[in-house]
Amino acid sequence: MAQVTLRKVVKKYDEVLAVRGIDLDITDKEFIVLVGPSGCGKSTTLRMIAGLEEISGGDIAIGGDVVNDVPPKDRDIAMVFQNYALYPHMNVYENMSFGLKLKKTPKDEIDRRVKQAAQILDITELLDRKPKQLSGGQRQRVAMGRAIVRDPKVFLFDEPLSNLDAKLRVQMRTEIKKVHQKVRTTTVYVTHDQVEAMTLADRVVVMNGGLIEQVGSPNDLYHSPATKFVAGFIGSPAMNFIPCQLEQAAGALRVRLNDKLSFPVPADRTTRYTAHVGKANLLLGLRPEHITETRPHSEPNQHDFDMTIDVVEPMGMETLVYFTINGVEICGRVNPNAGAAAAKSMKLRADLSNMHLIDDSTGKVL
Amino acid sequence: MADIAARNPAVLAGNQRSGLHKLMQRKSTIAFLMALPLILLIAILVAYPAGYAVYLATLNKGMTRFVGFGNFEFLFGRDTFWLVVYQSCLFAITAVIFKAIIGFVVAHFVHNIPAKGQRKWRGMLLVPWVIPPAMSTLAWLWLFDPSYSALNWILAIFGIEGIPWTGEAGWARFSVILVNVWIGSPFFMIMYLAALKSVPEQLYEAASIDGATWWQRIWYVTLPMMRNIIAITALFSLIVTFANFDIVRVLTAGGPLNSTHIFGTWAFRVGIEGGDIPLGAAVSLFMVPILAVAATFILRDITKRGSEV
Repeated sequence: MAQVTLRKVVKKYDEVLAVRGIDLDITDKEFIVLVGPSGCGKSTTLRMIAGLEEISGGDIAIGGDVVNDVPPKDRDIAMVFQNYALYPHMNVYENMSFGLKLKKTPKDEIDRRVKQAAQILDITELLDRKPKQLSGGQRQRVAMGRAIVRDPKVFLFDEPLSNLDAKLRVQMRTEIKKVHQKVRTTTVYVTHDQVEAMTLADRVVVMNGGLIEQVGSPNDLYHSPATKFVAGFIGSPAMNFIPCQLEQAAGALRVRLNDKLSFPVPADRTTRYTAHVGKANLLLGLRPEHITETRPHSEPNQHDFDMTIDVVEPMGMETLVYFTINGVEICGRVNPNAGAAAAKSMKLRADLSNMHLIDDSTGKVL
Repeated sequence: MADIAARNPAVLAGNQRSGLHKLMQRKSTIAFLMALPLILLIAILVAYPAGYAVYLATLNKGMTRFVGFGNFEFLFGRDTFWLVVYQSCLFAITAVIFKAIIGFVVAHFVHNIPAKGQRKWRGMLLVPWVIPPAMSTLAWLWLFDPSYSALNWILAIFGIEGIPWTGEAGWARFSVILVNVWIGSPFFMIMYLAALKSVPEQLYEAASIDGATWWQRIWYVTLPMMRNIIAITALFSLIVTFANFDIVRVLTAGGPLNSTHIFGTWAFRVGIEGGDIPLGAAVSLFMVPILAVAATFILRDITKRGSEV
């Protein structure tokens, strides 16, 4: 059993607070991804779990034991670094067996484990090579192999794919997921790439400014973000935020974007939103895929409107259209055959059943 | 067509000129011309004296007659020569080992000083290496002075009898090595410090997660990563220490009773002071084969590993 628990963990560098007291429960065998922009404290958090950074406050427990003052070597963890950190003077076999050798594991046991890990990662024929003779993807596999042979309580990944080119990154992403399905070890994975986070994680932890914004499954974060930051960070192209006002007329609510444009709020949200009628600083959050071309068939809460398109970006399977409301650039995703053209008016459809109402002064999704 | 052109003298001359032109434009030619001043300098200051020393070593004392290997045969028969060989090796090897160890340890200390204060310390620690050795050796000479030794004065405070620093063979050798180590360690320190800084921090982090203690981190990460620098620095220092002259000359002038003479000082004693220049040249030539063997071994190891790592 290797659950990882963080309680009010704080990291202070001189006067700068890098991590401002975070609580997190990672259950056994779970794949957790910490994601956020650079400087959000995600790597620091990971390094504190590893024991490479001292904790300024709070507690970290691995497998139920508080490890605040336990050195990295006694925490029974394995870490994969961004630049792999393979020992350049050792060959692949020596790199992978180094940790076991230091633990005085019997030679045949080392051999068995290294060969097994090499098989899982498909690097058996590379065991005699030096890291310099390997490609980026192969080094990545060796770094993972070094972690696997240790059979640790927890795997820690620190942006392991960011040194690879785009194609290899996608391939290795799948590889990591496969390995986790085979090896089933509690994993904490840090990345700034939200696609990596979404595809790999059982649960994603979104961090910002040293705090946890939200913890949830990839779909939870995508469909019901708790804050404006999460709403904007998860998803590409990012969610549109349009300044709006909430109006009440004859028992129904409307979001008014400007004099000409307003949409009725779905009836099931009336009770939730009523308290915010007339408030300032409200934003309507709507993902690009919920702004489409008009279609003959219409679902409830879908509303058509006319817009002059500023920019058209064909992507192949879809076309991105950009237009401006209240001085804010809005992105929509339309069918490539919908006839979108720059500087021409187009009939678009907004799907309000997927709308979010955000209080911009607190950053909370209402 | 080509046949006609070849027979035509005007065309031929043109070809030759363009041939010279081409030669001048070849990259290797340009590189050679650019390196020429240095090549000339080395030829005048190194190759000529070296060749001249070989020539001198084959002459008789009066430099009037060719004696072939006569000087060398004479040297092989003298006990002092073998004493000098032994002392040169002892001096160079002991001094280099201590310089390397002290340099390595001090480099680690300096490496762990926070960046803010590090420059100050680095500068101060370089002082022994920066002062001209003849001058600092003079200071040591006063410290070792038989009558006024400051070191003996300190020992006397603790009730320890004064040490004949330069007066007794064993202590004189110790003193000469001590001063050489004092002067040379900063060079090792600065080289090792640079090497330490080039070892990626993440290798240490990976090692500490792999379960390495501080000693295992040095043994399995630091030393292998620094091996080339250690080898080159040791070779370089071995050559310079082996050929040392000023420290021994100022401190003991080879005494007492030749017990601190090394090749450089003994060649000076025999050649210049003793007036037998050909014999002095023969002594100094002995450094070449010994250093050549050491250099070959060390450099071969470096090139072998250089292609691996």
